[in-house]
Amino acid sequence: MKVDAVTLAAILAMAAVTYATRVAGLFLVGRLQLAGRAKAAFDAIPAAVLIAVIAPSMLASGAAETLATVVTAAAATRLPLLAVVAVGVASVVALRALGL
Amino acid sequence: MQSPFREFREGLRDIAPAMIAAIPIGLLFGALCAGKGLSPAEVALMGALVFAGGAQFAAVEIWRAPAPITVLAFSTLLINLRHVLMGASLAPKMRGFTPLQRALSVYVMADENWAMSERRALERPLTVAYFAGTAILFWLNWVMSTTLGALGGSLMGDPKRLGADFAFTALFIGLVAGFWKGRATAVTVAASALASAAVYVSAGPPWHVAAGALAGIAAAYAMGGHQHGEAAR
Repeated sequence: MKVDAVTLAAILAMAAVTYATRVAGLFLVGRLQLAGRAKAAFDAIPAAVLIAVIAPSMLASGAAETLATVVTAAAATRLPLLAVVAVGVASVVALRALGL
Repeated sequence: MQSPFREFREGLRDIAPAMIAAIPIGLLFGALCAGKGLSPAEVALMGALVFAGGAQFAAVEIWRAPAPITVLAFSTLLINLRHVLMGASLAPKMRGFTPLQRALSVYVMADENWAMSERRALERPLTVAYFAGTAILFWLNWVMSTTLGALGGSLMGDPKRLGADFAFTALFIGLVAGFWKGRATAVTVAASALASAAVYVSAGPPWHVAAGALAGIAAAYAMGGHQHGEAAR
């Protein structure tokens, strides 16, 4: 069971910033009054970050991945999370098999 | 007030569906980590210490050897900033908790058990036992399923053959759908996707994450205020 030193440092850094985000809310009660544009920007963070991570796979990997993205997004409007993942994986396998 | 045992059991009952759904996602996460060269012990440590699915999937996507610590920490911070609001919302409902119990509870606060606890607090006082019921086994479940995925992932071979390399793209699309709030989200998604892909092609990873995130947040800031604000809530 090997644990690389740099990997361990990365995991500890991730754990530290994550706990900081979790515990910060306890001290912000009543002090965090976001409104208007600032609130809109804060609310946008999860979607903006998640999309930024997958955009290369969605738009810069090939026609099969881009078409599978469209299929998956359509599935996401009506299916639960697990089914969305299943549809996404199945569609990319099928589109690659078609030679796209 | 009900017995702590009963409170715990009700928490566990409420979190059970999310726990079952997390198992295949955890297996997949572990397999993706194995594909990036992470050992099962490292995957177990990450699951136990970080315990944040979205941030962990983002991390494995940008992972390379040696691990880019600053980039990983920055990506994790951005994805997990929502916890600040979640914690601020839940804190006033943790009335019966000691400071230590609060500090430990937020360590295992995830989207799913946070949502269950918020719902519970609408009906009756939130107890430590109830929160523990939604959190402890949910946490253990994530650590175990990701570790098992890492143990099995090395046997799986090329994840591309099974389309598993696209699974986290699909998962994130599904997660974004869960955050959907109409046109504001559409503008955020479009700005983030275009900026990220453009930077990925021109400058290369890992800068696309920060570029896309900032573009999406800036677009939401530019849009904000014109839209339904507090009144819509």
